[in-house]
Amino acid sequence: MKDILQELENRRENARLGGGQKRVDAQHAKGKLTARERIEVLLDEDSFEEYDMFVAHRCTDFGMEKNRPYGDGVVTGWGTINGRMVYVFSQDFTVLGGSVSATHAMKICKIMDMAMQNGAPVIGINDSGGARIQEGVDSLAGYGEVFKRNILASGVVPQISVIMGPCAGGAVYSPAMTDFIFMVKDSSYMFVTGPDVVKTVTNEQVTAEELGGASTHTKKSSVADAAFENDVEALAEVRRLVDFLPLNNQQKPPVRPFFDDVARVEDSLDTLVPENPNTPYDMKELIHKIADEGDFYEIQEDFAKNIITGFVRLEGQTVGVVANQPMVLAGCLDIDSSRKAARFVRFCDAFEIPLLTLVDVPGFLPGTGQEYRGVIKHGAKLLFAYGEATVPKVTVITRKAYGGAYVVMSSKHLAGDINYAWPTSEVAVMGAKGATEILYRSELNDPEKIAARTAEYEDRFANPFVAAERGFIDEVIQPHSTRRRVARAFAALRTKKARVPWKKHDNIPL
Amino acid sequence: MFKKILIANRGEIACRVIKTARKMGIQTVAIYSDADKNALHVAMADEAVHIGPPPANQSYIVIDKVMQAIKDTGAEAVHPGYGFLSENPKFAEALEAAGVAFIGPPKGAIEAMGDKITSKKIAQEADVSTVPGYMGLIEDADEAVKISNEIGYPVMIKASAGGGGKGMRIAWNDAEAREGFQSSKNEAANSFGDDRIFIEKFVTQPRHIEIQVLADGHGNCVYLGERECSIQRRNQKVVEEAPSPFLDEATRKAMGEQSCALAKAVGYASAGTVEFIVDGQKNFYFLEMNTRLQVEHPVTELITGVDLVEQMIRVAAGEKLSITQDDIKLNGWAIENRLYAEDPYRGFLPSIGRLTRYRPPMEVAAGPMLENNTWHGDAPTGETAVRNDTGVYEGGEISMYYDPMIAKLCTWGPDRASAIEAMRVALDSFEVEGIGHNLPFVAAVMDHPIFIDGEMTTAFIEEQYPDGFEGVTLDDANARRVAAAAAAMNRVAEIRRARVSGRLDNHERHVGESWVVQIGKGEPLALSIAADHGGSTVTFEDGTTMRVEGDWTPGDSLANMMVEGAPLVLKVDKITHGFRIRTRGADLAVKVRTPRQAELAALMPEKLPPDTSKMLLCPMPGLVVKLDVEVGDEIQEGQALCTIEAMKMENILRAEKKGTVSKINAAAGDSLAVDEVIMEFE
Repeated sequence: MKDILQELENRRENARLGGGQKRVDAQHAKGKLTARERIEVLLDEDSFEEYDMFVAHRCTDFGMEKNRPYGDGVVTGWGTINGRMVYVFSQDFTVLGGSVSATHAMKICKIMDMAMQNGAPVIGINDSGGARIQEGVDSLAGYGEVFKRNILASGVVPQISVIMGPCAGGAVYSPAMTDFIFMVKDSSYMFVTGPDVVKTVTNEQVTAEELGGASTHTKKSSVADAAFENDVEALAEVRRLVDFLPLNNQQKPPVRPFFDDVARVEDSLDTLVPENPNTPYDMKELIHKIADEGDFYEIQEDFAKNIITGFVRLEGQTVGVVANQPMVLAGCLDIDSSRKAARFVRFCDAFEIPLLTLVDVPGFLPGTGQEYRGVIKHGAKLLFAYGEATVPKVTVITRKAYGGAYVVMSSKHLAGDINYAWPTSEVAVMGAKGATEILYRSELNDPEKIAARTAEYEDRFANPFVAAERGFIDEVIQPHSTRRRVARAFAALRTKKARVPWKKHDNIPL
Repeated sequence: MFKKILIANRGEIACRVIKTARKMGIQTVAIYSDADKNALHVAMADEAVHIGPPPANQSYIVIDKVMQAIKDTGAEAVHPGYGFLSENPKFAEALEAAGVAFIGPPKGAIEAMGDKITSKKIAQEADVSTVPGYMGLIEDADEAVKISNEIGYPVMIKASAGGGGKGMRIAWNDAEAREGFQSSKNEAANSFGDDRIFIEKFVTQPRHIEIQVLADGHGNCVYLGERECSIQRRNQKVVEEAPSPFLDEATRKAMGEQSCALAKAVGYASAGTVEFIVDGQKNFYFLEMNTRLQVEHPVTELITGVDLVEQMIRVAAGEKLSITQDDIKLNGWAIENRLYAEDPYRGFLPSIGRLTRYRPPMEVAAGPMLENNTWHGDAPTGETAVRNDTGVYEGGEISMYYDPMIAKLCTWGPDRASAIEAMRVALDSFEVEGIGHNLPFVAAVMDHPIFIDGEMTTAFIEEQYPDGFEGVTLDDANARRVAAAAAAMNRVAEIRRARVSGRLDNHERHVGESWVVQIGKGEPLALSIAADHGGSTVTFEDGTTMRVEGDWTPGDSLANMMVEGAPLVLKVDKITHGFRIRTRGADLAVKVRTPRQAELAALMPEKLPPDTSKMLLCPMPGLVVKLDVEVGDEIQEGQALCTIEAMKMENILRAEKKGTVSKINAAAGDSLAVDEVIMEFE
């Protein structure tokens, strides 16, 4: 009997070795952790339950029958993050380069099915050379099965991808369909076709890092949501994100004990908006001063900086924040910022995360660069996302809320639940100068008259009160009490129930 | 007594004067420029008058505008503060003509002391010790040697048109005097086109020590001890204290009596300061007299209990001094640190912008000011005092138009060591965010052995920080204290994390006792932590333990801890796997990891920050107005590369060395963050 038990331990030992010490050392030399080490950093200590440890591939071509390592290049199972359940797969580059075989994919599919059934997030750690060429179409079928589950799970359980090595070709499309992608600087890259193919086809010379490194995807392509210095930091930050997310779409977002005064007064906010309406200020200061403990988890920090997206907590409960950033492009909406914010709003809505919108928007960015690339449809994404969102929506206008962009930014007209405005707000069709130049075109040659007209317009419209008279603004609030007012608004909306007419699904302008 | 006074100043000194006036039941009038519309002094005063655009030469120092404000408000007297119009005889004259009292000395005294040569002559006539020297011009090297011998070596040979160290030589003997004369003369001729030379005593190990005097219009004058202001950066005082750790009673008395003699000689009536340079043998020489309230006056107030502003107002109202020399006792020790909006890590570059956070330490009353009931406000009492004279507030704006000093933090203790310790704690508790500031630097000075020993000279900063300030590294003992505190905070934070809703029942996370703390790139410190009701006990690998107490909870930006019974105040921000901790001038990334996490973290590659020596980095957040070069351009040192607009001010960025532009990453209209790469060079 003892021998039989020992045999299990021997086999486990064998499986845990992965591709052997030499390959583990090579992995470390590249500054990367092994698949199992990554799981250790990601999950609570000793919480990992592994499945399919002894799975091996069934390929018999190209001599593969002689090399059938345990696990088949991916470690799968579940564990907890701060006591909350998550499913994990972690590709093992030391075993057959982490390449995806039919059985490798089957393992991933198994835990994804469990995650859906039991309502827990899926975290995928990607470090794979790609399809296992020896298996041919079996490997592709495996990818297809994973894709299918990514799609089914979307909006059911949060899916997080962490790219910690190569992720190329068709493999990129699994992370692409998950909710968040994180990358590690200098040691991860993602692309559909690699530098060699690029060179052959287009004669363009580019390094893997330039083509699909962390910097490219966080700053240029917006494929990735954040990049971190190394594996350990990245996984620690994934833990931090999971603490903000509900486990599935049937649950309320998590609440944790908080140590901050709900009624905290921030007098400094009374001077946040500068006297000159064209002077920028940092909207992040407002976010930090509203949030519990000043804690803000920013998503896509380095992309489309004219809009800010991310998570905070209010009274311990997760709230998604979307805010115009006057520091960049005056906080205007454009293609990139609309896409970025729309995707974030839809994530929050799918997972019952209330939305706080902070508005200082002068309008949409004009120009052929925007129109030719379809700002109409891209801008409509954000409009659509806000309009369809049924989660509690609280809006605070701090300064400008002009034109169509005003309507887009979670206005009353798009079923905003509570819409506040600071006394410094200007809710209008456009700025005073632009407006008078259109309204009084005939007087344009007379600067004195125009100045008087501008002053008149400012007097009438450069304030929140016209909108407040009509009930488009529920209340004009003092900046220093914003945290209290917003927290109370969300508290009152905890029991909100909203329904949308039955439909198979909507047709958001993609 | 006056019913209403106007304060012809701004910032902390205007606030300071208003406080005393209010205590005396006098109404106050503030004046302000466009830039100061929302300033603290305006909010504090009973009335405020707008006097023009931001630049001081269009507002605060325009006599006509100030006179108009006086007229409009009916103020009976004016306190000028320091700087601006405080030593302007024309202003004193205008006030006299209008029949308004000047809370300062008579016009004649301002004039007499305002000129370097006249003041030195008057001082000599009043038997005040002056730097020995030959004021006339020197013909040749032989005469230079003769005069040098009369003065006594070492001597300083100076070009009369000199400046910036040019045309200046120190000579310790005849040969050096001969050589120095010739080279100074040549250099002066080349640099200034004026080769006139004079010689004076070179003061070795010079210290800047000044005497506070107080005189009335009835011929009475007292001195209130000295202030040591040796710690200066480019003639800008940074740290002051009273008394001086260097003077003995006899020297103090001699300096004080000579100062009073000088004050009497010019008919002085108000508070004034006589500045001396003191050498290593306690020889002191008159430098100049400042005919105004000094910035650093609070340290004198803290050890004498005399409210100098109150005395100035009383003297201006014609009252006789109610204190005699015998009443003045120096009690305890006071230190002042000036908080400047200057970034010590960037060569003390002025920093402007919004104070997103400004939380000075709590004021505490103690010492003579408490005993004499001259303490302002409702501060609680304690063993040591904390006083913060400030003119700014959280959410306020530091503009480019005025002096970058934003606060004066003072502490008082029964002796020097306790005053320094109180200052360390006060500095650690002082929260300033949004702008660069010198808090880490002054904190470093408070821990510098030369300062602790009181051995500083005016060359202290230059000698001790020749390459600028690069931050502080904690010694092992302090590092362990910080590590223990971080472990205790981390325990609280981790337990809170493990209490999030939605946990798998009965499978909750157990927060462990073993942790590894790593401060910056230092050696990881393995420790275990055990908590009880009163705090926690941290045991290091070598078996030593530390007791940590404190009520820090996650999100607190300030941690008031007791480590082994001694206070440890930390500024705390959250970072991945730990905290950013600022204390004692150090700025530390402190990682707290489980032993396994630490083991794995050790495998992570160390990434060197990119070499920025061949890049132009954006020094402040701002907007690119224009680029002056293109890729491929050869550039010369000092050539304009690009213009950045920040806070409505255009800043031209120039090349630090020759090179070729290899890449440009920004375009006109882009807004950039601090340290963003604008262009790269080859």
